[in-house]
Amino acid sequence: MKRSILMAAMLALAPALALAGDPRRDAILSDYAAEARRVDPAFAAFSAQRGETLFRSRWSGGDPRTPSCTACHTADPRQPGQNAKTGRPIDPVAVSANPRRFTDKATVEKHFMRDCKSVLGRECTPVEKGDYIAFMAGY
Amino acid sequence: MRALLAAGLLALTATAAAADDGRVRPVTDPAVLKECGACHMAFQSVFLPARSWSRLLDGLADHFGEDATLPADTVEVIRTYLTANAGDTGGRGEARKFMRWVAPGGTPLRITENPAFLREHRFPESVWKDPKVVTKSNCLACHRRADQGVYE
Repeated sequence: MKRSILMAAMLALAPALALAGDPRRDAILSDYAAEARRVDPAFAAFSAQRGETLFRSRWSGGDPRTPSCTACHTADPRQPGQNAKTGRPIDPVAVSANPRRFTDKATVEKHFMRDCKSVLGRECTPVEKGDYIAFMAGY
Repeated sequence: MRALLAAGLLALTATAAAADDGRVRPVTDPAVLKECGACHMAFQSVFLPARSWSRLLDGLADHFGEDATLPADTVEVIRTYLTANAGDTGGRGEARKFMRWVAPGGTPLRITENPAFLREHRFPESVWKDPKVVTKSNCLACHRRADQGVYE
């Protein structure tokens, strides 16, 4: 009896756990949300849809070899990519295909710094970073 | 006459290849593997002299056009490894073919411009344009164990 109640509770919790994702990623998102609010107190939430637009847009102003995130990550972030400048293979960015993505703050910051300069020709804003992670975490 | 010359060159190339087992010590330092390897294969340190590695690490903000800035303490860990195991400090002379082209005061920054590299990579443009290759520094496109220091 007790066991079945426990089972029922676990089953009820399972979807919530699956959605919750990695606490380290959540902490990174919270940091970016706090930064976003400092810039704009009206900031509400990150948007996976805006993140997807960011991912798929063609930009000018960056390196001509990387006019878009897709130049290296391909149009399907669940697939492996290839660095357009060095030819090095790149692991998938989508969290569903690569659960280790966006779990180390220093690595995340380093790559946003490099890749935003390379693709957009400028640093990304905290909102853009959070949107991007939201897209990749749900994709 | 030209055919003879070509045959002679081929023979020379074959000799050079045979005299060298195409192996150098692989990179073992975890910081080098992680940070250099984040964008490209971490090149073996014996291919450049220590002063070249130091200059590269001093210029990470413009690393062949790329901002490859790293925290200062990480840079020093990488510098310690690369300069201690460089072509002119690492001993064993694995890359002496490369080092003998380096002028005493010279500070080369591109391994792919060393004549020792060039003479073994005389390919038609079409080879370099292959989408798997992308750039001359992409050793792994053709040398599948290059990251282990094996250039076959």
